[in-house]
Amino acid sequence: MAEEIKKHRPPPDPNSAKYKLGQIAAKAYSDAQAAKDRGEPVGWCASNFPVEIPETLGLAVVYPENQAAGIAARGGGARLCEEAEGDGYSNDICAYARISLAYAKLKSAPEQDVPMPDFVLCCNNICNCMIKWYENLARELNIPMIMIDIPFNPDYEVSDEQLAYVRAQFWDAIHQLEKLTGKKWSDEKYKEVMEYSGRTSRAWLAATATARYTPSPFNGFDLLNHMAVMVTARGKKEAAEAMETLLKEYEDNHEKGVSTFRAEEKYRIMFEGIACWPWLRVTSTGLKSRGINMVTTIYADAFGFIYKDFDDMCRAYCKVPNAINLEFSRDKRVKLCKDNHVEGLLVHTNRSCKLWSGFMYEMSRQIGEACDIPVASFDGDQADPRNFSEAQYDTRVQGLMEIMEANKEVG
Amino acid sequence: MFTLGVDIGSTTSKCAVLEDGASLTVTSIAVGGMGTRGPQEALDAVLAQAGLTLNDIASVVATGYGRARCPWTELQASELTCHALGAHMVFPGVRTVIDIGGQDAKVIALNGQGRMKSFLMNDKCAAGTGRFLDVMASVLQIPVEELGRRALRSEHPSAVSSTCTVFAESEVISQLANGVDLDDLAAGICASVAARTAALAKRLGVVPPLCMSGGVARNAGVRAALESALGAPVLTSELAQLLGAVGAALYAYRKQH
Ligand code: SF4
Repeated sequence: MAEEIKKHRPPPDPNSAKYKLGQIAAKAYSDAQAAKDRGEPVGWCASNFPVEIPETLGLAVVYPENQAAGIAARGGGARLCEEAEGDGYSNDICAYARISLAYAKLKSAPEQDVPMPDFVLCCNNICNCMIKWYENLARELNIPMIMIDIPFNPDYEVSDEQLAYVRAQFWDAIHQLEKLTGKKWSDEKYKEVMEYSGRTSRAWLAATATARYTPSPFNGFDLLNHMAVMVTARGKKEAAEAMETLLKEYEDNHEKGVSTFRAEEKYRIMFEGIACWPWLRVTSTGLKSRGINMVTTIYADAFGFIYKDFDDMCRAYCKVPNAINLEFSRDKRVKLCKDNHVEGLLVHTNRSCKLWSGFMYEMSRQIGEACDIPVASFDGDQADPRNFSEAQYDTRVQGLMEIMEANKEVG
Repeated sequence: MFTLGVDIGSTTSKCAVLEDGASLTVTSIAVGGMGTRGPQEALDAVLAQAGLTLNDIASVVATGYGRARCPWTELQASELTCHALGAHMVFPGVRTVIDIGGQDAKVIALNGQGRMKSFLMNDKCAAGTGRFLDVMASVLQIPVEELGRRALRSEHPSAVSSTCTVFAESEVISQLANGVDLDDLAAGICASVAARTAALAKRLGVVPPLCMSGGVARNAGVRAALESALGAPVLTSELAQLLGAVGAALYAYRKQH
């Protein structure tokens, strides 16, 4: 059946953004494997570690979070989670961590293989669970771990002290990697990476901002796929070009009055949290079948890494979503809701991610009030399929839709 | 014009027939929810009472857990909207609806006109729902209907504090083994359900008047514990368990107009 459907699909257009972005994401894995095959050292890297460092040094890295998402989306989440649980990891630990730790032991998964690492790069601006996860990888695999500590920021700005603390660690990480791999830092190369990263980010921000049009020229679930490139490859020329293509396509869609959201857009919502990868189709169909388009997510804002020099880059990494306080996080989301005419907020209470879900109760309440929109939440998990109930999801989404519908009727 | 609301829950099925969206003609409840003969039995009973056939019904709306699998209609509305509509019909002016059903608990905020403004539901654990009461009643080896009556008699309610049904079950078993009085345990169990739901209600904002719908509304022990946790009276009615079906019938009527 699936085979048959596939046959009828037109071949992907190699000039389309979707094709190009898909190729870049896939190439990140094959490039790393090729480097490994050449005998070069390869790293596993946390998603908010400054990617500019390995990129400038010319080091191939892969991203365990991305790999885990891929494994979960292709149905391997429960198998690997159970494997890790069998080794004593609690069911309460982030499912990305469980999948990655299981993979480190098994060293293969048909859903998404990666080369085994020679070092790991960790940064806790995303969460502190990351530290223990990477420490365990380093220990189990007997490889070095390079750690950058970025403290949670209670303020809106990054203080000079914090900048100095983080900058010193960035340089320390660079020096450690130089020593470890024999690669050399080049300011010239860094400038190039910074420029591409800026170009990619600007295009991403502009593309996601086309959601301000009604109807939106894209289905927000697209962003969940495309963001893999923002995480892993934004400092590359191909990424900049592909994102610029994406922007152009979205602008063209708007001109022509079409969209990648293949239904009538009756309602516009913001989706909060990581995607429920094992249940992606169910969660997306539950929205689409009701004419609900998820027009924005915090990811739209989060990957706008635009900076003018090294210090500015350090500051950008101190301001990633999970490293900033509730009020600052709320303001960013309120802006996204207002800019994109959002009518409701759907919150994924992600069992895996204590940090993200923990402050979401209060934050979503504040966003709902500030934007005068209804809020609904559902239980789920980014990668462990056992933490989701389709019936529960469906009732809450329908309830949210019914409030949005009634709000429209009243005008 | 007659409209029919069918509420297919996880443990029971309910039907209600309304005439002209205003007067409640008949209702029925059958044991057995989605996937059982319950829905058919509830339908047969309600039609027989009303002296109608399905052909006499202008519109049918399904709600509840099994709403997507209702054989008599494709029109559906969530149980949230239906409980809100049903509650507003039975208690005009109500602003907060607390619905505790077989497998979920929800709190719904209404505006003055009976329109749902927002809602919160329990997380996925069965603690704080009707299922929790069923499990606990079987541990105590008493019918679930008796829990409320016993709770009201208790003078020293025991503490059942676990937030997980399985943990609470072992908590109750060990208290039972330690000879804690059955009435006190029943009160502790009712208070535990009430505490979880009260926390949901407080998060959403408790605006009186409050009412309770769903099967657990019949449990006077839970109701009393809720009133004391929320510091406000909680209205209820004989129809509490049927408010979803009543709301669905009203929804069907409104969609026709
Ligand atoms: S999902 Fe949450 S807990 Fe897991 S690595 Fe990401 S930020 Fe950390």
